[in-house]
Amino acid sequence: MSLDVREAAEVRSTPRPRRELTTAYVVSRIAVLAVAAAILLYAVPPLVAAESWVSLTVLGLASAIIGYLYLTRRFVPAKYLVPGTVFLIAFQVFPVLYTVSTAFTNFGDGHRGDKAAAITAIETGSVRQAPGSPEYGLSAALKGDTLVFLLVDPKTKQVQEGTAAGLAPVQGARLGVTGKVIEAPGYTVLKAPEAAARAGQIAGLAVPTRGGLIKANGLSRAVEGRAALAYDAGCDCVRGEGDTWTADESQGYFVNAKGEHLAQGWQVNVGLANFARVVTDPTLSAHFLGMFTWNVAFALLSVLGTFALGMSVALALHHPKMRGTRIYRIALILPYAMPAFAMLLVWRDMFNRDFGLINNLFGLDVDWLGGAVSAKAAVLLVNLWLGFPYMFLVTTGALQAIPRELNEAASIDGAPPSYAFRKVTLPLLLVSLSPLLISSFAFNFNNYNAIALTTDGGPFPADSPTVGATDLLISYTVRLAFGQGAAQFGLAATMSVFIFAIVATISAITFRRTRKLEDVYA
Amino acid sequence: MKLLLRHAYVLLVCAFALFPILFVVSAAINPLGTLASSDLLPTGASLDNFAKLFSSDVYPFGRWFFNSVFIALASSSASLLLSMFAAYAFSRMRFAGRRVGLLSLLLIQMFPQFLAIVTIFMIFTRVTELYPAFGFNTTWGILLLYLGGALGVNTWLMKGFLDTIPKELDESATVDGATHAQIFWKIILPLVTPILAVTALLAFIGTMSEFLMANIFLRDPESKTLAVGMYGMIAGDGRNANFGMFAAATLLTAIPTVSVFLWLQKFIVSGLTAGAVKG
Repeated sequence: MSLDVREAAEVRSTPRPRRELTTAYVVSRIAVLAVAAAILLYAVPPLVAAESWVSLTVLGLASAIIGYLYLTRRFVPAKYLVPGTVFLIAFQVFPVLYTVSTAFTNFGDGHRGDKAAAITAIETGSVRQAPGSPEYGLSAALKGDTLVFLLVDPKTKQVQEGTAAGLAPVQGARLGVTGKVIEAPGYTVLKAPEAAARAGQIAGLAVPTRGGLIKANGLSRAVEGRAALAYDAGCDCVRGEGDTWTADESQGYFVNAKGEHLAQGWQVNVGLANFARVVTDPTLSAHFLGMFTWNVAFALLSVLGTFALGMSVALALHHPKMRGTRIYRIALILPYAMPAFAMLLVWRDMFNRDFGLINNLFGLDVDWLGGAVSAKAAVLLVNLWLGFPYMFLVTTGALQAIPRELNEAASIDGAPPSYAFRKVTLPLLLVSLSPLLISSFAFNFNNYNAIALTTDGGPFPADSPTVGATDLLISYTVRLAFGQGAAQFGLAATMSVFIFAIVATISAITFRRTRKLEDVYA
Repeated sequence: MKLLLRHAYVLLVCAFALFPILFVVSAAINPLGTLASSDLLPTGASLDNFAKLFSSDVYPFGRWFFNSVFIALASSSASLLLSMFAAYAFSRMRFAGRRVGLLSLLLIQMFPQFLAIVTIFMIFTRVTELYPAFGFNTTWGILLLYLGGALGVNTWLMKGFLDTIPKELDESATVDGATHAQIFWKIILPLVTPILAVTALLAFIGTMSEFLMANIFLRDPESKTLAVGMYGMIAGDGRNANFGMFAAATLLTAIPTVSVFLWLQKFIVSGLTAGAVKG
């Protein structure tokens, strides 16, 4: 008999009785409306200011749908699903899809904006003082509320007003001894401290002239500069300094005949180039394979090690005559209750060569985290320490669920304890624990903390300063995007997609295998 | 004899489990407060490191502690509630898209949120421009981010718990005229509270130790969590000198978790077998 809630509601709704308006009902509806209104009031103005119409439309539609959903009596399941789903879409599904699309671009330092932004950056970045151009005396002034330059030509003493719109002559200005404007009708000339307070604005003001730009050089001089490089839409290239750089849309760079490119590029779709780079680039692919192998080994050894140790202690304690199990149990659980991030750092410092506990205790002088093999062994040991209490806890729980009669029956039948363990206890344990072992594997496969907080991927071999001996795919990816070097968001996103693919494959295979296990033993 | 062997083995493992903790304790009460002078057994006893920790101008430890506990409490309880809502719908109601929803959650579960850290960074760069109150360096921003991972992690687990509660209970309540909201708040939620407590504890511990996203998100000293702040405390030059302070901070961080742990010990063994991981 599976009469569910919706059916029950339908049965009652014919003929639909008028339901009472309870206080809780009214209050909850008012609360929904108030929250929705508050969110809209907060969220809309910045979007309008930024003229982000797409986001505004999405926001409007979403709040309309949600508002309607909670005001009607229909769509009961949706009422329960929507709150979590909104967060899920905004902060997990959307970022993941965005990651996949970023993986096909060259987004990163040098490729942050679009092409127009790159051209502006190239042109303004190449402005040099034009040869033979005058060095103007500069006074910053206010005309109304806008900042303007009052420029004095050193030879002709002619005064001009410079704004973002261009130059305009000024009449009746009084010059000081330094050749700068002191007073001018209609302007408020800024005094030195006032000008210094607006230094940022003054440096940012560029007055366009026929052949270039006038920019402030300090607070009292301004020079006319010409862009050494200029974009020519006709050939889609940048000319200047005796060379020509042609736009290459496949790379997002302006490239010259020698194959050199200008520093500023723009974001383009590079297709599968990032993926190809991971697999075929000789330096990267060699390390990628090594890193992948180590990553699998790390996850596998972590799971097996923690499970073996945790289970063996649980078995040792699982004996009717064992005394003091409570005390033992508390001692064994303690590592699990300590803050993991802090204990990882403590372990790192215990392995420290100069001051570390391990060298101190044994009077050694070994650089544990400096050698590739010892560093790998060290992170595995640390992870064993962190992980085995959990395995101990779950095996203890699972052992208690296995009826003792099974083992007694085995021993009556003459099976030695080791045989009974292999044929009775272990299979039963694996049935209940294999989902946990799989999720523990998936967790350790991306165990960023265990690496970042101990070795930080190191030690780094001399020939590859970016890929360390203990680097996992995830720690390498994070370094690509947020490390010391130039950010390579596109490549980092590609690495993320690789990790997605690997994790998904492993999960798919193991889920199928677990189902088989359950079919056999359950 | 065999029993003695068992005891010896367990004692050995206990020693392995406890010696780093012993080291932290002796470093925390070590009056010199440096890593080089810290030994496995205490060489002296003083509370200097604790005093230094709370009077420090450079490291606002109290603030970090508050940030961490607040973020961990708020995000674990809110995310459990969100996934309880979803699990209630999936467990008790039949509707179009139920199967697809459950399967896509299973799929999403395979892609941990932090793998998308690159684009999360890009998205929040934009959010910081538009809504500084929910951007980088804010508690609310990272809270929202953590809630995004809620549904993927816990819904299946919760649905499993709810499936074990007999449906007859809510059917009889429906017959008595209870609404779906009343069934959820007054019948279902109280019944799963014990198991919820364990899951919440695990979520709490996990969030306390979350480092990857917090480290990228929280750069301002006042906004940091314990994980990010304490990492900075023994980075670079402070590595040797601040170790005593760091050990003291570690012990203080452990106090709430250890006490809740001991209190919930009997639930934990049965609750843990239902899922959730810590490495």
